[in-house]
Amino acid sequence: MEAIAFYVFGILITALFLVTVFSKNVLYAMSALAAGMVLISGLYFVLGADFLGAVQLVVYSGAIMALYAFGMMFFDATRDIKEKNQAPLAVFLLSGLSALILVVIFAAPQIGHNVRALLATPKGMDNPHAIGAVLFTKYLIPFEVAAVMLLVAMIAGIVLASKKMEVSLSESDDYLVEEHEMKEQK
Amino acid sequence: MQSYLYIALFAPLVSSLFAAIFAQQKKIQLVGIITSILIALSFFASVELLVYLMQTNKIVHATLFDWIVIGDMNVKFGFTVDHVTAVMMVVVTLVSALVHIYSNYYMEHDKSFNRFFSYLSAFVFSMLVLVMSDSFLGLFIGWEGVGVCSWLLIGFWYYKKDETRDVNPSISPSWAANEAFIMNRIADLGLLIGIFLIFWNVGSLKYNDFFAAIPNLNHGLLVAIGIALFIGAMGKSAQFPLHTWLADAMEGPTPVSALIHAATMVTAGVYLVIRANPLYSQIPGVGYFIAVLGTFVAIFAASMALVNRDLKRVIAYSTLSQLGYMFAAAGLGAYWVALFHLAAHAFFKALLFLSAGNVMHAMHDELDMFKMGGLKKYMAKTYLMMGIASLALSGIYPFAGFFSKDTILEVAFNEETYGIWFVLWFTAGLTAFYSFRQVFLVFHGDERFHELGIHPHEAKPYALWAMAPLAVLAVIAGFFKEEFVEFITKFLPPYEMSEHTEHLVWFFIIVTMGIALTGIFIAYKKYANGLRRDPKVENSFLYKLLFNQYYIPIFYEKAFAKPYKELSDIAWKEIDQEIVDATVDGIAKAVEVTGDVSRRAQNGNLSTYLKWMAFGLIFISLIALISVVVK
Amino acid sequence: MSVGLSEYLILAVILFVIGLTGVIRRKNLLMLFFATEIMLNAANVALAALSSYMGDLTGQMFALFIIAIAASEVAVGLGLLILVYKKYGTLDLDDLNLLKG
Repeated sequence: MEAIAFYVFGILITALFLVTVFSKNVLYAMSALAAGMVLISGLYFVLGADFLGAVQLVVYSGAIMALYAFGMMFFDATRDIKEKNQAPLAVFLLSGLSALILVVIFAAPQIGHNVRALLATPKGMDNPHAIGAVLFTKYLIPFEVAAVMLLVAMIAGIVLASKKMEVSLSESDDYLVEEHEMKEQK
Repeated sequence: MQSYLYIALFAPLVSSLFAAIFAQQKKIQLVGIITSILIALSFFASVELLVYLMQTNKIVHATLFDWIVIGDMNVKFGFTVDHVTAVMMVVVTLVSALVHIYSNYYMEHDKSFNRFFSYLSAFVFSMLVLVMSDSFLGLFIGWEGVGVCSWLLIGFWYYKKDETRDVNPSISPSWAANEAFIMNRIADLGLLIGIFLIFWNVGSLKYNDFFAAIPNLNHGLLVAIGIALFIGAMGKSAQFPLHTWLADAMEGPTPVSALIHAATMVTAGVYLVIRANPLYSQIPGVGYFIAVLGTFVAIFAASMALVNRDLKRVIAYSTLSQLGYMFAAAGLGAYWVALFHLAAHAFFKALLFLSAGNVMHAMHDELDMFKMGGLKKYMAKTYLMMGIASLALSGIYPFAGFFSKDTILEVAFNEETYGIWFVLWFTAGLTAFYSFRQVFLVFHGDERFHELGIHPHEAKPYALWAMAPLAVLAVIAGFFKEEFVEFITKFLPPYEMSEHTEHLVWFFIIVTMGIALTGIFIAYKKYANGLRRDPKVENSFLYKLLFNQYYIPIFYEKAFAKPYKELSDIAWKEIDQEIVDATVDGIAKAVEVTGDVSRRAQNGNLSTYLKWMAFGLIFISLIALISVVVK
Repeated sequence: MSVGLSEYLILAVILFVIGLTGVIRRKNLLMLFFATEIMLNAANVALAALSSYMGDLTGQMFALFIIAIAASEVAVGLGLLILVYKKYGTLDLDDLNLLKG
């Protein structure tokens, strides 16, 4: 049962991501990406990481993809992207080589044997409970830092998106901005 | 007493630094006055120390600070005032103070008045470090210090142009300064080797430690140290074959010649031999060599002085000759005699030079004695002083030179080195001849300077007053011989004449006076009644040989300077440009080319960078993989 | 038929390489972002698999933080993308090469 689920999910995810990477249409690419994300959460459920799966669904498939969808409203999404791929051989070689090396590394027996469990899963709890227990004890400070980081990112996103871009950012002397604002008022 | 030591030592330093502040400015009379006062202060402190030593016989020590502390090596910067040092200090500071005062007159129209005093005081400080140090290292510092000051002062008029050897035998002040400096470097290497040998074998550079260790060192080593130190002394005291620089050093201002190249610095070599007397008394062979070399230099230099026409060069050769006397005495083991002659010589030779300075001023820097004559009418006081100095130099009773030089001759006889005695005795005659040849050529006979349109004048009174103490000392210094002997032999080994010599003292006095008076008489006959030039003599081989200083400067230039220059040219063009420069340029070129090539990688396209990043990822993973597999 | 850790890891590698291919192949900035998301997810899969097979929660913790980072990245990155698009009217990397050396 688990094997069937893994292979089905695995093949589907691979296929969807390939579509994302090779599609010429942004809309297709994004849709495939979103679907892939949802399926990855399926993998998490299979692995027993229920909470992670839920977060994946909510944050990735929900929030992040929604953000992309909003962002795409600024661009022309229906038009095909024209890209000239200058060095297909280089792309092929680099991806192939990295794939080969990474597979060798992960399949090498030494790696799997050398890994030890440093923070054993608490017994007698289901996954969300266990995560909560660990997150608010050992990982409290990183958690808070992550929270602050998200806040900063949010503010940054708002500021950047609302900036007036007729004035160059790199030359954004205050008087230029003021001049521009005065012009607009007229 | 230590405070007197510090005053004596540091007053010249303060004076030098004070003058240095105004070095680049126009003449400030106050600078000359204040430096003179500070040097005089140093003189009074030195006298105080000498009196203290006389009364208590206690040696004064002072340690400034730990100087070099490396591992087991601990060199302290210390000073000591013993009997020899006290005598040297008084001589040095006295002559320095008088020369400073005199320089106010001599340099009064020079545009670098302040700079001159700064150098001069710096010299006094270095010289005091040299004589007061309690270790060979401190001596070496002072040794180099006086070398630098000598270089600065010889080349004081550095802006004068180079001339050919025929016009000016010393070519130019800067050339002469470099010559003096380089010759001294050669000799200093010897001194340095001697110091290294001492440190290597004794482990300390203090005089006392070294002298205490002498009985434990083997004879060959002592000979090596003795020779090495003497090579240093040869350079500083301009002994053959490193003598050529001294005559050329006369390019410097005349007060400098009086102070450095007659009275003090050049005697540093003699001081070194006297200071190292426990060493040299253990190695009589080296001592005998020193004596022979000194004797040779005495007659060698005197012979060159016989024919020279340049006023200052004659005095320079006579200095050389007198240094030879001092080395002869020191080499024969009569250290106090050498020191006595050193002190007496300092007084009358400084006086002689300062008188020559007056003459030069009167003659508008004309130095050729054949163009002077009859000056006694115009400069009676200078005539008197120069006469006193010349009499002292010739060794006429009762002047200072008589006592010191006569004692040296007695020593030579007493040691049964009759050859040395005879040469020195004969040289005494030559000395008298060239000294009075000079006096008569300058002050007697027809007034040959009118052709040049010169109106001679006497020096200013205060300049003459500055010279007066030297004149007095040149007359009376000899009478203090007994006191001097009593004082100095508390520190230096005494030198006793044998019975046989004692009996012959009167004979010596008569013989020595006889040849000196003969020399003066011949000079009088030949030059007192006007200059008669004899082309036959002047064209003779011997005359030309002497006039051209035995062709030694030319020989040095051909034998050493030229090949060295060619070697340098090869090193420059073949080695430096072809190998060293090419290597450095090659590195720069390689960097430039790689930079130019790798610049193209930075094409501003993010995609390229990402490809490089992926390549880096692969590369690092590969290394990780290989390292794991290999392990 | 059970699934081992290696299968999960190899899946993660495959996904990661797909993402990497996208990063080096695509010229459109938005597509680059998509490819980055794929790489992040590949890492997450590997972490979750390790976590579950080793009985260690650290992997899942890191996966959670990666998701948080991804969210921030998207927020800021999209803001910048919009700025770039407004200023230059294009997202193609071949046209954005002002920093030429």
